[in-house]
Amino acid sequence: MMLASDIQVAQNIGFGIIAAVMVLAAIRVVTSKNVVHAALSLIAVMAGAAAQYLLLSAEFVAVTQVLVYIGAVMVLFLFGVMLTRAKLGKDVDLDNKGAWAYGAPIALLMLGVMVYVLTKGFKDTKISVSGKGSNVGQNSLLSDKIFSSYALPFWALSFVLLAAVIGAIVLARKD
Amino acid sequence: MNLAVTIPYWGQSLLRVLGGTVAVLLPAGTIVYLFLFKMMSFMQSRLGPMEAGPYGSMQLFAEVGKWLQKEDITPARADKRVFRAAPLVVLVSTFLLVAVVPFGPDAYFTQFDAGLFYMLAVSSISTLGILMAGWSSANKYSLLGGLRAAGQLIAYELPMVLSVLGVVIQAGSMNLQTIVIKQNSDSIFGWNGLGYPYIATQFVGFLVFMVSVQAELTQTPFDMPIAESELVSGYMTEYSGFRFLIFFIAEFATAGVFALIASVLFLGGWGIPFSWFGWHSVDSIDNWMNVAGPLVMVTKMMVLAGIIMWVRFSYPRFREDQLQRFAWKVLIPVSLINIMLTAIFKVAF
Repeated sequence: MMLASDIQVAQNIGFGIIAAVMVLAAIRVVTSKNVVHAALSLIAVMAGAAAQYLLLSAEFVAVTQVLVYIGAVMVLFLFGVMLTRAKLGKDVDLDNKGAWAYGAPIALLMLGVMVYVLTKGFKDTKISVSGKGSNVGQNSLLSDKIFSSYALPFWALSFVLLAAVIGAIVLARKD
Repeated sequence: MNLAVTIPYWGQSLLRVLGGTVAVLLPAGTIVYLFLFKMMSFMQSRLGPMEAGPYGSMQLFAEVGKWLQKEDITPARADKRVFRAAPLVVLVSTFLLVAVVPFGPDAYFTQFDAGLFYMLAVSSISTLGILMAGWSSANKYSLLGGLRAAGQLIAYELPMVLSVLGVVIQAGSMNLQTIVIKQNSDSIFGWNGLGYPYIATQFVGFLVFMVSVQAELTQTPFDMPIAESELVSGYMTEYSGFRFLIFFIAEFATAGVFALIASVLFLGGWGIPFSWFGWHSVDSIDNWMNVAGPLVMVTKMMVLAGIIMWVRFSYPRFREDQLQRFAWKVLIPVSLINIMLTAIFKVAF
């Protein structure tokens, strides 16, 4: 049962504002006529996601989001774009013709799937984030999980990264 | 520990904003006057600014006034919005950095478990601002400078992350406050007269960290991105007036904040060895430490910032390939070995 006193007003307002900014920035990513502007909008979306994680008191995930997506992936992406096709102003052939026709249904489908999974998976579960006994946001807890019950997927993931690194070397080396 | 007065939430927020501004601007001003104006001049056998105020101590206000009244020029072909936002992104990165630095037992802006990780993450945001500035200026020197800066910052971020891992292993925490307390309450082989500053065992980590900081700040010998003899002024070429001022403040404020972080990680931060006054835990620390702590921090910061500036004024610039090779072939392997040895010693003892 959800009571009126359980609703955290300030947090919900914060969520609403950040979510609105994220949606606007996401739309800018696909409608922008300039590839660097699109990338910068994507950064706004990523930063918004990090802020949402903070609201969920998952600070480690939030910081990882900033470090990996904003600090590394987007910087490398911008670096690559600016090195190769750093065009100022509008780029006419940036958009695919008729992309909205299949883009919009896929987006709606994704939304439906995620809403279904989230409501089915969590129902009205509540995470206690306040008080002394709460260990939400503790790094040691996260690392214990990763290196015990999730050790195998963790290793498998590192092999995927290794494959990517080797692939990059193969592509880059000409001799 | 309870303070005598209870400050309401809005008051605390206001104090944090004020404190953050002071913690960013004061080190920047002091570093520029003491080192950039005076130390560099003395090293070059000249006096430096002498007219404004006694020994030119008011020179900074004159400089700021000069920059503020200059025309704010945006190049005609520049991408105006990105061009204007870029210096702010760099400055915001500095403000975000100072948020996790603890200045005393209660004198901190915020502290949480992932503090050190957070600091490494937000320090990379400034790369974004530099790339934005370089690209949006519509100038090939700016673009080259921006790309060089990004390549350099990406390369030197890795050794920086790896060099602090030794400290994390020793302290068993990424919370900067916990790291400070550990260093001041631990003892070296049972002797606690100095606490246990991690520079004693993490000297290699400290060296790698300071070199990476030098590169992250794009200070000479790592100033390829703004190499004035070939790129005019790199990504800052087209900036004038207060936007240039923001870049300038951000550069030296970040130097100060990184010096603060280095003192937290390796030199014991705000603390003085707890055994001197018979403190045994955080709760038993006297309240006056909230005033003395920031002073201790600023002293250590000035020493470290002085070293950064000293190196800056002493060495010639690295070439681009030397710079990259140094990061990937020297600093990263050394810091990896350091992590391995620290982990072995941690398990063995």
